[in-house]
Amino acid sequence: MYEFCVRVGPASFRIVSQWKQPLAQMRMLYADYPTPDIPDYTVRLESTSLLRRYFRPSVAINGDYMLPDAAPLPLDQALLAAEMGMNLQMALGWRRQLILHASAVERDGRALIMTGESGSGKSTLSAMLGQDGAAGGWRFMGDEFALIDPQSAEAVPYPRLISLKNNAIAAMQSAAPDGHFGPLMVDTPKGDIRHLVPPIDAIARMDARARPALLLFPSFGHDAAIRTMSVSETFMRLTQASTNYVALGEAGFIALTRFVKTVPAFAIDYRSGDEARDLVEQLWAKL
Amino acid sequence: MTGDRASSITYRAEGNGDIIVETLDMITLVYQRRSGITHMVAEPMPQILAVFGDDALTIGELTKRLADQFDLGDETVDITQVITARIQELEGLGLVNVVDQAGQETADV
Repeated sequence: MYEFCVRVGPASFRIVSQWKQPLAQMRMLYADYPTPDIPDYTVRLESTSLLRRYFRPSVAINGDYMLPDAAPLPLDQALLAAEMGMNLQMALGWRRQLILHASAVERDGRALIMTGESGSGKSTLSAMLGQDGAAGGWRFMGDEFALIDPQSAEAVPYPRLISLKNNAIAAMQSAAPDGHFGPLMVDTPKGDIRHLVPPIDAIARMDARARPALLLFPSFGHDAAIRTMSVSETFMRLTQASTNYVALGEAGFIALTRFVKTVPAFAIDYRSGDEARDLVEQLWAKL
Repeated sequence: MTGDRASSITYRAEGNGDIIVETLDMITLVYQRRSGITHMVAEPMPQILAVFGDDALTIGELTKRLADQFDLGDETVDITQVITARIQELEGLGLVNVVDQAGQETADV
């Protein structure tokens, strides 16, 4: 068995694998991340059978929290399996903050949070804004989970590897030609996938929290438009976007109601990254 | 349920310590501590819960309290029937319970 430990924001993981290759990839991609003393979660990449360890190897995702019907992946997608396993631990096990399925970036101590269905572009937008670096002034905080602290109401960074899918891969290779990309994994259950290491300042400042200031529901593929979201619609959408709202009980209720009452929310439609940037800047300037 | 029987039933709402009420815009959220469920309700549900206070009330007593505090409007509408329907909905959500003469929650009526 091979082992690799990494801390991403407030959460730490131990990845255990029967194969050396996926952990070698993770060590490269997570080279700038801290190593935890005691991991919160263990993710295990194991063969589905002894034969499958060597012959057309098939990687089953196991760990502290598991989905019983999670399909195994071929060995060349083991990095994706590890990332899916880490996401699963957070989605099912995390209790310290309210988890929103959302991306987040920060500027001047305030956070822009973007949530929406898969394909809405929230992940790519956060990556693009984060890659703008000093020119844009945004710091990437995470592309998958926005963590809202029930006590302080702050957004806690979770800057895992950015998971680019399908068309977003080429878009980000163009936007970040010097970016540190992982291997291209084609025809995965999620389409083509390629991971991108977040900008170095996002990793270095992974413990720097921010006050949520703006919530967006982006939608890619429509003419540019902005629509104000009502507080009640925002609440309902965010209960659906949270993986642990019910599990947190009263703390989750207090955190989410405070969030929707204090953070203005808008739906934005856009057809390109530049259009989305303009809409974001318009709304940010009015805060 | 017959009208006579319904009018004699006494109800009690979940107390202030049992629920957290947050008014958003067109809906009000009621978080129930003992179930961990967030209920989304609209008028007049929050007003009915508030009017109960800590008291056990019949539909008639509840209607009088509501009439004292709010304009119940159209006299052609049987307001008691409307409030009975809302109480039964709140009972279905577990936010209002039937109580016996000693004020204790009953399993069923």
